[in-house]
Amino acid sequence: MTELLVGTKKGLFRLEGDPGNGGFEVTARAFAGQSVEYAMRDSRTGRYLASVTSWFYGPKIWVADDPTGEWEQTEGCVLPEGGEEALERIWVIAPGEADGVLYAGGAPGPLFESRDGGLTWALNTPLWEHPTRSDWSPGAGGLCLHTIAPWPGDPKKLLVAISAVGVWLSDDGGETWRHSNTGIVPEYLPEDARDTPIQHCVHDVRRSPSRPERLFMQFHGGVYRSDDAGETWLDVGEGLPSDFGFPVVVDPADPDSAYVIPLIGAEDRTTPGGTVQVWETRDAGASWTPRGDGLPEQDAYLTILREAFDSSGEGDGLELYFGATSGEVFGSADAGASWTQVADHLPPVYSVRTA
Amino acid sequence: MPPMARVTLRAPLSELCGGRTHEIEGATVRDVLFELERAHPSIAGWVLDEQGRIREHVNIFVNGTAGEGRTPVGETDQLHVLPAITGG
Repeated sequence: MTELLVGTKKGLFRLEGDPGNGGFEVTARAFAGQSVEYAMRDSRTGRYLASVTSWFYGPKIWVADDPTGEWEQTEGCVLPEGGEEALERIWVIAPGEADGVLYAGGAPGPLFESRDGGLTWALNTPLWEHPTRSDWSPGAGGLCLHTIAPWPGDPKKLLVAISAVGVWLSDDGGETWRHSNTGIVPEYLPEDARDTPIQHCVHDVRRSPSRPERLFMQFHGGVYRSDDAGETWLDVGEGLPSDFGFPVVVDPADPDSAYVIPLIGAEDRTTPGGTVQVWETRDAGASWTPRGDGLPEQDAYLTILREAFDSSGEGDGLELYFGATSGEVFGSADAGASWTQVADHLPPVYSVRTA
Repeated sequence: MPPMARVTLRAPLSELCGGRTHEIEGATVRDVLFELERAHPSIAGWVLDEQGRIREHVNIFVNGTAGEGRTPVGETDQLHVLPAITGG
């Protein structure tokens, strides 16, 4: 049985099913009518966490031990008083490596840390007050901190990414930060401005659990790989139908395997040619192969957002799931070799996470 | 002593505050809302953002007239906190 948490424009949906045998069904819905940007389950505690933005009352993180029961409002996801900015939304929540630690990232660029399993949160001040902050620029989705990638086994090492600023690294648990975008080419800037250190529209970064110094990145224009923990980046997008897309997923068992969903961008942001395909590399980006057996082949102009692609398991049994803003969720139980539609007619999908 | 306004809330704010109507002190709308949050921390950040601004899609009416943060509030004034009507 696989459990999916699907954040949508109109609430959180839990889907449960057997990916290799039959479909999924909706077994819980919460936050009806509100935008659920992200939802995940902390495997260490079993606790569910959801970032919810009310059109009227702003963004909050909520927690529950049972998604069909009562959700509890958490505290502390606020920006410092006395400034101009207010928290706009929480884009992502990620478990840290230390016991009880979770991180949350949002707009306009804050990183929050919880040390009690997500009940209370505090702003990471060193990043918020970084001397370069006045030069940070938003992407189309806002100035969003959307990627949080801890280092397995080492709570001191942390990578985060902000659009359209770039990658940030910390080696001291978030006490200090340095930007790390060497090798990334922001082709949307004039040629003589592309050596800027911090105007990089990173869309998503995933770290390989089995080789933590290996990371894959979907950039605004290009797919990149790092073999040195994010210090430098190498363009590995050759062979893809588009250099634009949002999410990237890695196979935990194989640091050479990753998956992206190219979109025609940046003006269109739909699946190229009306065909839905997940593209796979098994050789660290040297080559890419489309995986679309079972996915819509024609007249399907889908948009798959940054957080709407996730995996469970590994190797040949790797399960992959992604959702579209048109309300479909697709899944594969065989590492992308074949696909089925596991949900239809949901509200626009913002995020998909395996629980 | 500051004037005491009668504040009327709708769900979900009324649920979070344990009731639909509340007698709250304050000389302005913002003062009243600050005091409401202080008395009911569960709605901290719901009506006012971190900088003390009324959220964009929350409407405040004082005795049936649209108000803003600096609108004076007098003794026995009726203050309604409402989600804005949005859409077409």
